[in-house]
Order: sequence, then C-alpha cells, then structure tokens
Amino acid sequence: MRKAVPAKAGDKQRQNQNGPPGGKAGQPRLYGALTKKRDEDTSTEVGEGVDEWSTSKTVVKPPDQLELTEAELKEEFTRVLTANNPHAPRNIVRYSFKERAYKPISYVDQIAIHFSLNGNMILRDSDEGRRQSLRLSNASEKAPSESSAVVSEEAEIKDEKGTEDTQAAEEEEAEGAEAAEAAEAAEAEEPPPPKVKEKKLANQFNFIERSSRTLDNPLRERASQSEPTPCKNFSANANQWEIYDAYVEELQKMEKSKEKEKPKAQIGKKEEKKRGKKLTSLELQSDDITKISNAAKIMERMVNQNIFDDIAQDFKYFEDASDEYRDHRGTLLPLWKFQYDKTKRLAVTAISWNPKYKDLFAVGYGSYDFMKQSQGMLVLYTMKNPTFPEYVFSSESGIMCLDIHNDHPHLMAVGFYDGNVAIYNFKKATSQPSYKSSAKSGKHTDPVWQVKWQKDDMDNNLNFFSVSSDGRIVSWTLVKNELVHTDVIKLSAEGTTMQGPEGLQLQTVGCGTSFDFHKKIDYLFLVGTEEGKIYKCSKCYSSQFLDVFEAHHMAVDSVSWNPYHLKIFISCSSDWTVKIWDHTIKTPMFIYDLNAAVGDVAWSPYSSTVFAAVTTDGKAHVFDLNINKYEALCTQVVVAKKKNKITHIQFNPVYPVVIIGDERGQVTCLKLSPNLRKMPKEKKGQEVKKGPEVEIAKLDKLLILVREPDGRAQGQADKAPL
Amino acid sequence: MADTGEGKKEEADYKRLHSFPLIRHTDMPEEMRVEAMELCVTACEKYATNNESAAKMIKEMMDKKFGSSWHVVIGEGFGFEITHEVKNLLYMFFGGSLAVCVWKCS
Repeated sequence: MRKAVPAKAGDKQRQNQNGPPGGKAGQPRLYGALTKKRDEDTSTEVGEGVDEWSTSKTVVKPPDQLELTEAELKEEFTRVLTANNPHAPRNIVRYSFKERAYKPISYVDQIAIHFSLNGNMILRDSDEGRRQSLRLSNASEKAPSESSAVVSEEAEIKDEKGTEDTQAAEEEEAEGAEAAEAAEAAEAEEPPPPKVKEKKLANQFNFIERSSRTLDNPLRERASQSEPTPCKNFSANANQWEIYDAYVEELQKMEKSKEKEKPKAQIGKKEEKKRGKKLTSLELQSDDITKISNAAKIMERMVNQNIFDDIAQDFKYFEDASDEYRDHRGTLLPLWKFQYDKTKRLAVTAISWNPKYKDLFAVGYGSYDFMKQSQGMLVLYTMKNPTFPEYVFSSESGIMCLDIHNDHPHLMAVGFYDGNVAIYNFKKATSQPSYKSSAKSGKHTDPVWQVKWQKDDMDNNLNFFSVSSDGRIVSWTLVKNELVHTDVIKLSAEGTTMQGPEGLQLQTVGCGTSFDFHKKIDYLFLVGTEEGKIYKCSKCYSSQFLDVFEAHHMAVDSVSWNPYHLKIFISCSSDWTVKIWDHTIKTPMFIYDLNAAVGDVAWSPYSSTVFAAVTTDGKAHVFDLNINKYEALCTQVVVAKKKNKITHIQFNPVYPVVIIGDERGQVTCLKLSPNLRKMPKEKKGQEVKKGPEVEIAKLDKLLILVREPDGRAQGQADKAPL
Repeated sequence: MADTGEGKKEEADYKRLHSFPLIRHTDMPEEMRVEAMELCVTACEKYATNNESAAKMIKEMMDKKFGSSWHVVIGEGFGFEITHEVKNLLYMFFGGSLAVCVWKCS
C-alpha cells in the first residue's frame, strides 16, 4: 500500500496537467480568452497547498504551445464580455399540453457552460467541517492541524478516479485519504480506520431526493363526466316458509276482496235482472268517491257558474231589444250547448223536461239509421252544469223515446230500438233499468217510437203506454216487481172500419210512430203511423178506431194535443208539412210547408197559438198563429253543419227557452226572443186577462176564420202550396 | 291411508293454489315489471328442473331487452344483500317454492 501511494501521486500530477482542473500550464489553453493575471487568480483560489506542491514539480508544456517573449506576454488584450449568448436561439416554441398549442418561450438560456466543478471545500466552522476535523484527528495523529487546514478532497478525487481507474471503490477511499497526507510529504503509517469508509458525507449541493413524483391527473372537462346511476340496496331472505307465508297471505287477501264483491253483486241481482260484471267493478270504484261527491258537485257547480256566467246572465235577464223594431219577427238566442263525449256518435232521439225540477232534462240517445244501430244512452243534464251530465245510463240497444212521470219525477219510461221498454229510477244508484220488458213479457217486435205515462190505474199501479211500428199499442202496468203488458189496440187492417175504398189500403199493418193522449178525455188518444194516417182511438175499443185522418203522405213524426184547446191537435211529417187539426173535422185547419222533412213539433206551454217545429235542414221554426197565421215568426238555422240534422225540440214548461237535439248528440238550449212570446196587450185600459180561457178564446177566434165552411177554410189556411 | 290421501290432496291443492307468480318486492315501472314477470314465469316453466338454465335465460333476455348487466338469482332458499340500480329490481315468488330475484347493476 505504501509503495503505491507515491505512484498514485504521480499519476495525479499527470492528470492535473492534462485534465481541466489542472495547474497553470493547462489553464491558458482552456480559457484562451483570459489574461494571465486572471490565470493567477484562479490558481490562488484553488488553494495554497495545491500551489505549493505543484510548483515543486517541473512544468510540462504541450508541444504546440507558442513561445512568447516577455513583452508579448505583458501585452494586454481588452475584451468586452456581454451577458448575451450570440448562439442562443431566439424563437424557440414549445408545445403546451395544457393550452394545446405551441407557445413561444420568452426566456432563453443565455448561459453557456463550458466547465463545471463541484466544490470540495467545507467551512471550518460548519458542522460538517467540525465533524470532519474530528474524524481526521482521530484517524491521523500526526498532523491534525494541517489536515484541517487543507480541505480533504475525498469526493473530488473519487470522481476523477472513477473515470480512469477501474479499481475497487474500497481502494479509492483509502487512496483519497492518504493522498492528502502524501501531499504534505508525511507518510501515514496506518491505513485510515474503516469508520471513515462507512461514514459518507452527503454533499449539500448535489443532493437528490429519491422519491418520485406522482402522475398529474389529466384535466377533464365537466361535460364528459356523467352522473352515476342512483343505486339502492336491497336485502331479503328467501326460504320455503317465507314463500309459503307470502302465498297464504295473498290468497287470504284475494278471498277477502271476493267476499266484498259478492254481497254487492247479490243485492244488485235482487234489484235488477241482468247486470254485467263490469258494472259491479265500476260501482266498487265509485265507492271511494261517494264521501266527497256532494262537496265535489257543489264545487263543480260553482266553477261552472263562474265559467258560464255570461250565459246565465243572458238566460235570466237578456231581452233582445231589437225585437221592438223587427215587427213580428223573433229570434232564438243560443245559450248552453250540452255535449257528452260518449254520446258524440249517437243521435238525440228523445228529449224531455223534468216536470218537477225545471232545470233538469233527460236526453235519449240512439240512432235513426237502420244500418248503424249501436248502443243507447240515457243522459240527464241540468242547466246549472252544461259541461257534464248529472246522470248517465247506458243500454245495449238504442233508446228511441222516453217520458218522465209527472207525479214521480224520478221515474222514467224508456222505449228501445229492439222493442223493449224499461223504467229507470234515478233514485237508485245503478246504471241498469229498474224494470225492463223481455221477449217473454210481450215486448214489441219493432222499435218503440213513443212511450207515455198514464194516470195510475184503479189499483194505484203505475202504468204507461207504448207505440211501436209492429202496429201494437201496449199498456204496461207495474205490478209489484214486474211489467205486465196489455195490448190496447192493434193497428191491423181487419180491425179498422174504414169507409169506402180506402179500407182496402189499410190491409197492411199500420206502423205506429207517435201518439198522444187527450188532456181531458181520458180514453181518447191519437196515433200517427208510418203511412201518414192518424187514428183517433179509444182505450176502450181494442178493435176499432174512432176515426181516421188521411193526414200526410209520409210517416207522421209527431202528434200533439193543444195544451189549452181540447179539440185541437198538431201533427208533423216527413212530407215537409205541419198540420193543425180539429179532431172533429177530417180536414186540417192549417197547413204549413217547411221545405224539409219535419222532425218534431211542439206546442208552447205558455200560449195556445205558439208552436215550434224543427226540420232536417237544421232549422227551427217558431209560429204564433195569433200574430201571423201564414208564416213562421222565426226561422233560424240552429245547427251549422251540413250533415247534421235537428231531431227534436221541447219547450221548457216555465222558462222561455227551448232545447233542441241533433243527430250529433248535441243538445242546444235557446232562448225565445220577446216577440216569440208576446201576450195579447193590444186592448188599452182593459185588464189583460190570463188563463186557459183566454188562450182557448184566442185560438177559437182564429179557428172561426177557417172553420166555416170547410172548403173555404182550407183554402184560406193553405197558404203554402202542397 | 286416508290420512295420507288427504295429505296428498292437500299438497296438490296447495301446489295448484300457489302456482301463480307473486311479486314480493319491485320498484320497476309497470310495463317493465309485467314483462320481467312474464319472462321469469316462462323461464321457470321451461327449465322447471334446472334453475341455472332458467336464470341464464332470464339474464340474457333481460340484457337484450333492457340493456346489459342484469343479475338473476333463482332458488328455493337463499339470502342476499344486493346493490341495484333504482327502478331495476324485481323480487318474486313463483310456483309455490321458488324465489326469483332479478336486478340490474353495472
């Protein structure tokens, strides 16, 4: 080891001269631009000790070094150094991932490093210095002061050697420690203790942290982040007993609900003969609402009152002022329109006011078209609620006619297209008729065209009559819980006592289409037929007619007795005419041609001379014979649509309004203008008389004009050409 | 003898009575529920002896119809705690002895 030391030192010398950190000779070459003065400065900086030992050796010059004279050496060259590096590029751009674009880099490094040397000096007062001096003093006894003065070069030497020598690190360490001693020319007798080897001193300047940086998460835009689907936890146990229990519970529940259904169904069966399952389920549903139905109804009426406030005001107070200047002409003011979704496809086949509740009316729906028969509906509206019916009853067959009982306004007789008749009771909350005829109990074989309640019979049983195109007029009596039928008359040919040749024409069965009962004479009634004849019949004679009127050329759509004058009745027909008759005279008193088939005619309840008729061309005609016996006071188109036809008209018994039903299932309420309900006020000073007598007298006065002699009467009245 | 006969009859009765599908818990919308239930019934009837095939069939059909990641458990006795996507859970009994749990979680 000892021998090796000087050799090493020599090695080092050589190295110093060649390598960059070398002595005086090497420096001018490296820093070509630098002056000698400067060169000296650097050498002093390296350290006195180094200077000492380096000068002691001979200087080796490189062979190509210039030989300069003293003067040349003394010459000074001035050189200006600028901070800018002329070689540094000025337009460097770099891609920025953050902004996703190339960005110019404003700061360009102007420093050019040609040489760097890690420092190897330690301050004597610093902790490290003290530690080292302590260690050195321990290691070498001889020259502790000198070693402390000269900075140990452990690290530096090691670095240099690393490039040249491939010796083991251990050896180097040892050499490093001894090299310092060698420089002092003091021979170290002992190798440094192994302690020195172990204690490596961290260099404060090129200290590197080992821990690596974590990856930065790349930035993400918010839009690409979706909300996680909401989740829930659920847990349960499935085993045989739980499954069994669940089934048993469910079965019990089902049984209970069945039991609930049964008693209701049984009660229903008692009341009604036929009843579908659907209806029972409907009832069950309605059960829940019944508690608040009353409140809901009030609420509904309030809302409707507000919505239709202007119409209600018109109904009550509006009187058409322009009537004064119109001179015997009147108008109809449309008020409410009643419509119900389920009856849109059906035609109004019958309408009737309730005799007790003046705002309530019943509407029967069906179809007059033989090919398009479907279900029927019976609907009750009130003027207080035009938006929705009060009661709704549906039936399998189309309804053709209805009549409300005068004394029992909750009972309604209904005739169906299939020939059945039925009685509905509003008091019962069922949608099926309380009583209904059947094939067994003598129903009609053709559509029932009209039904009419009669006075109770001798046993105080309710009874009503019906007329059908099968030629029978049947009296139905309500005995206990059954409808008992009695044929009153058959419109058959052999039963007639026709005069002359016309008797032969009656061979065919008469098809009744309408009838009306005399207001006073209990047994007397009129029957209109499809052939256009009107029979005057008596309930007492089932095989004979009292009289026959050759009234029309087509089916008689309606006959009606005058409410005041006992002898007068009116008839209308599809042959476009309305005729007014005295039942004692075989020729009509008045004939009016309306230029379209007349669907219905009705006497007004307030005057003996006012009646209204509706025609299939959508017009309503109102007549007042007292004012104009030739023309209608008012002819007004009520339904606008071309395909639509008016089917029926009815006067309200109290208010000056009429309701008109059409083929589209719509019912319109119209108010009569003042001219249409003018009372006789011509005679000044006299008290205006009222009452049936006046009305009869009024009509009689008119009739006298036409009655005598018959031929002329007809000529007078027959204004409209037939 | 009479006793066993009665027992058998009772059992048959019970089987017959309890054959309908009984939904125990579900948060599916009406349409989906009906479809899933019918699917379960079909699968359980088709593979009456092999619950695994039935479950597989239900899972595959549900994946096809309502998007992926359905899970199906069929068995006579099991306990479970699952996390499911809301409105995608059906837990029902069928045939008196089977429990079927179908849920979606991706």
